Amino acid sequence: MDFTLHIWRQHGAAEAGRFVTYPVRGISPDLSFLEMLDVLNEELVGRGEAPIAFDHDCREGICGSCAMVINGDPHGPLPGTTTCQLYMRHFANGAEITVEPWRARAFPVLRDLIVDRAALDRVIQAGGYVSVNTGAAPDAHALTVSKQAADAAFEAAACIGCGACVAACPNGSAMLFTAAKVVQLAMLPQGRPERARRVIGMVEAMDDAGFGNCTNHYACAEACPKQIPARFIARLNREFLNAALTSREFVELARPHEHEE
Amino acid sequence: MRTPPFDPHTPEGPLAEKWQRHRAEVRLVSPTNRRRYRVIVVGSGLAGASAAASLAELGYQVDCFTFHDSPRRAHSVAAQGGINAAKNYRNDGDSVERLFRDTIKGGDYRSREANVYRLAEISNQIIDHCVAQGIPFARDYAGYLDNRSFGGAQVARTFYARGQTGQQLLLGAYGALSRQVHSGQVRLHTRTEMLDLVVEDGRAAGIISRRLTDGRIGRHAADAVVLATGGYSNIYYLSTNALASNVTAGYRAYRRGAWFANPSFTQIHPTCIPAVEDRQSKLTLMSESLRNDGRIWVPQSAHDERSPADIPDTERDYYLERMYPAYGNLSPRDISSRAAKAVCDEARGVGPGGRGVYLDFAEAIGRLGRRVISDRYGNLFQMYQRITGEDPWQTPMRIYPAAHYSMGGLWVDYDLMTTVPGLFAIGEANFSDHGANRLGASALMQGLADGYFILPQTLGHYLAGRPPLAAQNGTAAFEEAQAAVEARLKRLVAVGGRTPVDVFHRRLGELMWEYCGMSRDRAGLEQALAEIPTLREEFWSGICVCGGSEEFNVVLEKAGRVADYLEFAEVMVRDALAREESCGAHFRTEYQTADGEAQRNDAAFAHVAAWGFRDDGSAPQRAIEPLSFEHLHLAERNYR
Ligand SMILES: Cc1cc2nc3c(=O)[nH]c(=O)nc-3n(C[C@H](O)[C@H](O)[C@H](O)COP(=O)(O)OP(=O)(O)OC[C@H]3O[C@@H](n4cnc5c(N)ncnc54)[C@H](O)[C@@H]3O)c2cc1C
Ligand code: SF4
Ligand code: FES
Repeated sequence: MDFTLHIWRQHGAAEAGRFVTYPVRGISPDLSFLEMLDVLNEELVGRGEAPIAFDHDCREGICGSCAMVINGDPHGPLPGTTTCQLYMRHFANGAEITVEPWRARAFPVLRDLIVDRAALDRVIQAGGYVSVNTGAAPDAHALTVSKQAADAAFEAAACIGCGACVAACPNGSAMLFTAAKVVQLAMLPQGRPERARRVIGMVEAMDDAGFGNCTNHYACAEACPKQIPARFIARLNREFLNAALTSREFVELARPHEHEE
Repeated sequence: MRTPPFDPHTPEGPLAEKWQRHRAEVRLVSPTNRRRYRVIVVGSGLAGASAAASLAELGYQVDCFTFHDSPRRAHSVAAQGGINAAKNYRNDGDSVERLFRDTIKGGDYRSREANVYRLAEISNQIIDHCVAQGIPFARDYAGYLDNRSFGGAQVARTFYARGQTGQQLLLGAYGALSRQVHSGQVRLHTRTEMLDLVVEDGRAAGIISRRLTDGRIGRHAADAVVLATGGYSNIYYLSTNALASNVTAGYRAYRRGAWFANPSFTQIHPTCIPAVEDRQSKLTLMSESLRNDGRIWVPQSAHDERSPADIPDTERDYYLERMYPAYGNLSPRDISSRAAKAVCDEARGVGPGGRGVYLDFAEAIGRLGRRVISDRYGNLFQMYQRITGEDPWQTPMRIYPAAHYSMGGLWVDYDLMTTVPGLFAIGEANFSDHGANRLGASALMQGLADGYFILPQTLGHYLAGRPPLAAQNGTAAFEEAQAAVEARLKRLVAVGGRTPVDVFHRRLGELMWEYCGMSRDRAGLEQALAEIPTLREEFWSGICVCGGSEEFNVVLEKAGRVADYLEFAEVMVRDALAREESCGAHFRTEYQTADGEAQRNDAAFAHVAAWGFRDDGSAPQRAIEPLSFEHLHLAERNYR
């Protein structure tokens, strides 16, 4: 198969970027999208040119490293799929393919297709966990958790922290990402004691990190490779309002995030 | 620095009491003093994140390094199937003793009894802790934790979170780490790679790092250094490991005096999606848990080109069920992998190139229904379909063995300390508990046992004997190490060839797979020893890193890792050559029984082999740590 690629090249964070066009030929339909880029990169190296830098690691859809906007879609055209799980058989022979980095205020470009996603880590650091010290836990069967709750928590916990939701959102909001963690822990008895603190802290960190507000486009859920449902955002808002109501000092923070399920 | 023979410092007393006694006897650092000690943890996978978090909870100052952009991306995230524990929640006769025995036997009697017993003991605490962290393990309708079986066990002791157990456990450890980052107890250094270990007065004093985004070299001094840097299976190029997994940290420590144990013990996993493309970059694992319900078969006759649906049951060979009736499709990994290779060598393999066997769910779907199977393996079926374009609900999966796990690693004593005092190794980076073959669902257990429960105790024992902040990063040892790192980077940049680094990695991988892979023999290993130096020379005159070292240069990163693989490969091959027996995953064709099983030689090789670096011109030294089996009898491993 043959393709014409238009790829974003940017040498460093402070420099301007631009699209460069690369033809690629004789690509097997069984190559993955990233393997197709590997082939192109080897050609570039053969010519002494710097290869295209992109984040990737597991190449099986779980580490959340890979991150490209392909023809305008974060992670490309297939639903529920990471960039590394795309295969060239998913594209038409002769197709023109545009490849760009995640674009969001909170994700500065570092080089070519690589962006800095440390802002997502900061949101988790602000409360995305249960504060249990090693050694403190009771027997695992001390508390039962209904299968429904465990399954729902799992559904939320499947987030891989890739940031496609942010890239897809016209406001660069990280609501879906944040909601996934808040909902996971709210579903489980272990997460409940810190519920209010957690949601307030994480939402505050989200705002501080430069993520935008949610205005209900739900482009995030469409782009999400793990199909984290948009309804979790409503649940996040509810958690936030409840938390704000129960702790007066946080009432001020509550205002920008009011909408109903 | 310690010199051979190495004492594992196994505590005295009956096996079942060793760890408790040791815990009672180790020196402690008082709570108010702990904040005066600084510990470096390299790696943020299950082992590194759990260790960094637990040490910080105790009050130590921790610096945690990862080359990933976030700790959550460590390759632990990819573990699918589950984690073992001896809870006996199923009432099926499990116990600490049984988990211990299974693990020793699974490792083909090449691991330490005391370490493995401790691992089995701690397994239960891990599950308790992970549940408390809010990890959404699978549960039954009554709300209790569910279990599945894994290879090499006749009980169901594996806890799981669908096919994403590693991800969920890692996110738990990442959460614990994040909490400590938030409180300032851990300083997190992402996209920062350790390139050398600094040793001063015979002790680990810190590391030299490179910030990947701009190439800045950093010197970091600490009272102790912990390597939790994962495994090196992608020395084979095609493997189930992530593309950036590498041996650099361990290998650089080896060059600084840490001995490397059993480097040739690498596990080949039987259930991976076969390679179809010569430009393929990785092999995807299909969790071993699939073998709970899938049946493995090939056609009975050679060169059978019919589609699987056209081959009647009577003309299929369910070879694992036939050869190993007691364990059947759940036979251990080394045995299952070799059996798959054997049937393919007989031209009974299926799929492109004849390198594949079927993993068939038709019977299980019929028996249990689509919903149950989907609940258990839905995401794995989906993953398979994405990669191959074939639907496993309609046609059997095709699988083939692939390089997966390194049992070998830095030699450590009972306290997880390497032969360099103050340098510890945990998780897949050490050699400790899996002998010559690891059982499924036991790496997650080991990584977390090391990080959450063992290291936080034993590290304190080391630090308690030392003045805090003894190391400073301005000393001659740091100068020398930084200069060495910079010189090496400069050399890589200066090569200025036109050949992509990956070309050399692929060639090394093919060579290692051929001569030091699933089966090995003297002639092939000697051939490898002859070819590796040539390949290395070609690398050092042929590569292009296409840019400088003071910028974000992804090719330079990779080049450094491949350069280390090209040196380390020799140590692996020498180890395989020196071990003139077959055991576990190490199968020397010269040493097999009449029916093709691995033939151990306990009289000569019931030991750990450790390798010490001399200098670039000389072969490494080999030393042994004898293994004594006081609790179990050395027995032939029989799964029939
Ligand atoms: C596909 C797959 C499936 C698996 N499934 C299972 C399973 O079901 N059950 C089971 O028990 N085991 C399983 N395993 C094995 C298990 O996942 C691993 O052995 C284990 O997770 C390793 O954890 P770790 O913390 O030692 O290393 P890793 O998780 O690999 O972490 C290594 C860390 O070190 C960092 N690092 C490495 N070198 C450097 C350096 N030089 N400088 C800075 N940072 C560095 C990396 O950034 C990373 O953070 C599986 C493995 C694979 C590959
Ligand atoms: S919510 Fe989905 S898109 Fe957003 S980070 Fe998580 S997995 Fe990626
Ligand atoms: S490379 Fe890991 S999710 Fe794509």
